[in-house]
Amino acid sequence: MVGSARVASLAAHWWALPFEERLAVGLFLPLMLLPVAALGLGGYLLVIGERAMILAIAALSLQLLIGVAGLISFGHAAFLGIGAYAAGILASHGHGTLVLALPAAILSSALFALLTGAIAVRSRGVYFIMITLAFGQMAYFVASSLAPYGGDDGLTWPTRTLVFGTRVLKSETVFYYVALAALGGVYVLMGRLVGSRFGRVLRGLTDNERRVEAIGFAPYPYRLTAYVMAGATCGLAGFLLGNEVEFVSPAYMHWQRSGELILMVLLGGSGQRYGPIVGAMTYLLLEESLARFTEHWKVILGPLLVVVALFGRGGIAGIIERWRLGELSLAMLWAACGAIARAQAKRVMGGLRQAEAVAAGALDRAIPRSKASAAAFVARWRLSKMRVGEAVVSLALIVDRSISTTIARWRRR
Amino acid sequence: MTKAVLRLNGIEKAFAALKVTDCLSLDVLEGETHAIIGPNGAGKTTLIHQISGVLAPDAGRIHFDGRDVTDLPVSARAHLGLARTFQITQVLASFTTLENVALAVQASAGSSFRFWRPAEVETPLNAAAMAALATVGIAARAPIRAGALSHGEKRLLEIAIALAQAPKLLLLDEPMAGAGAQETHRLVQTLGELKRRYTIVLVEHDMQAVFALADRVSVLVEGRIIATGTPQAVRTNAAVRAAYLGHAA
Repeated sequence: MVGSARVASLAAHWWALPFEERLAVGLFLPLMLLPVAALGLGGYLLVIGERAMILAIAALSLQLLIGVAGLISFGHAAFLGIGAYAAGILASHGHGTLVLALPAAILSSALFALLTGAIAVRSRGVYFIMITLAFGQMAYFVASSLAPYGGDDGLTWPTRTLVFGTRVLKSETVFYYVALAALGGVYVLMGRLVGSRFGRVLRGLTDNERRVEAIGFAPYPYRLTAYVMAGATCGLAGFLLGNEVEFVSPAYMHWQRSGELILMVLLGGSGQRYGPIVGAMTYLLLEESLARFTEHWKVILGPLLVVVALFGRGGIAGIIERWRLGELSLAMLWAACGAIARAQAKRVMGGLRQAEAVAAGALDRAIPRSKASAAAFVARWRLSKMRVGEAVVSLALIVDRSISTTIARWRRR
Repeated sequence: MTKAVLRLNGIEKAFAALKVTDCLSLDVLEGETHAIIGPNGAGKTTLIHQISGVLAPDAGRIHFDGRDVTDLPVSARAHLGLARTFQITQVLASFTTLENVALAVQASAGSSFRFWRPAEVETPLNAAAMAALATVGIAARAPIRAGALSHGEKRLLEIAIALAQAPKLLLLDEPMAGAGAQETHRLVQTLGELKRRYTIVLVEHDMQAVFALADRVSVLVEGRIIATGTPQAVRTNAAVRAAYLGHAA
């Protein structure tokens, strides 16, 4: 009896914690335990975990621009590459030691951010996107032409960065925890930053620039500082990424990589600090699992991302927040899950169409209408290993349906 | 001997062939409430934009608190103590009412390049912000998101933000615009209390409010000031009656 009372009091303590703290535990505890799971399930898990955490750092830094400062940078991968090249070039000259390589990675990214940001941050909206894209591609082509450092083929590092002359980072477990510590540090840093005086000015500028200017804040120095901070943080991610694979190539900086980072932020949700972490993890997991499923996995990933962009306002974090605010009920989601399970059973029995209708119907009830078709799309993909043709057809159906509901809503007004 | 807080010296502004501000000179004296009235299209908003720094005049100089501010941007003029409200309410909708004002306090209280300490718990900022909210009578709404305030409350919040800037001049751009009778009454009352402590430039359509609050009134017609004087003098001025009040009479 004493035991159960203790469990109850522990549970009470747990639920008394603020949501932010419970969330941090929910995010970081599994990450801390992953190496243990990797012992049983194979070291590959560790590598995926490292990669996800490193990209989460990059996504967090981009979140500072997209979610807080309202600046959509389409050249953010440049910093990933610059961080990795700075450390890699030092390593190739035999100076791959932490006290040199880490500051070099962070400072060179910060410098690039300062120089390009000084121009880019003067513009807003589409112009900012185009200018950052241009600078990103510029960095990409410069790296491609770095003949002494591998040019197009990239640069293989002689070894991972040395820590005070030792090769501790060579151990995958140690490196994993270093990446985790970096992610935790950046996560805390971003939280403090957003709530600080500086963060308040940035948020204010995003909300209503005219108002904040009239109060006496010139936008430019604040936005530029944010841009440099984001660049430097992403440089840290680049340093880790280069270390992970002991290699760096211009592909790190390609605009597709920048696009992926934006997708991670939007998929996870730019409105919440934990969004980019969830987004980076989800993106990598999707990539991994879909790639295992078919070699044409991008054909599935593409429409999925379109669906998230169309329907998932606020990304995954947005859904979680809506659920917290009671706009989505757990009971309904649970019922929907049950329906999906029953539908799965029915499908096995052979009634494919009927099962899908049941699943779609249940999801319709669980989630507001316009989002239902998107969810049904996901469900259907999970139910019936969807083929390419099917994916295209269902995407067409979703678009058709979203248009018709929009028209219906518009007519009602 | 009262000095001029704001001095406009022959400023001109034209959009293509249209002269919106035509060699306009005006002194706003310390402590007075100076109303600027005029029919639609007289150039009131353009004038406000030039005073606050949104638009640069084509010619002429603007002096504020003894300094030439003609070439200074909006934020620098705000720093010197020029606080304004907008014709269309501009508040930070995603911030709480308190945080809206606290940000304005922050602008004049130390550096805002501080990255670690949560601004929310900075007591001096919050205390000053609460004081400003109390002055306009919406202290009870402090924890509410500004986007959820009523229209009249948003107007009062804008005034509180301006007060938190420790202003030498309050530039109020149609503070009664869009307000109902009840709200207008409350706003006039609040401004009536403020006018004893601040120098105010009031651009307003509501004639009753203007004549109740203003010490002096300037009448703007087609980019020129055709009369300046006490409300009584302006009311009886023949040129003003012809050009402006004539419509109503």
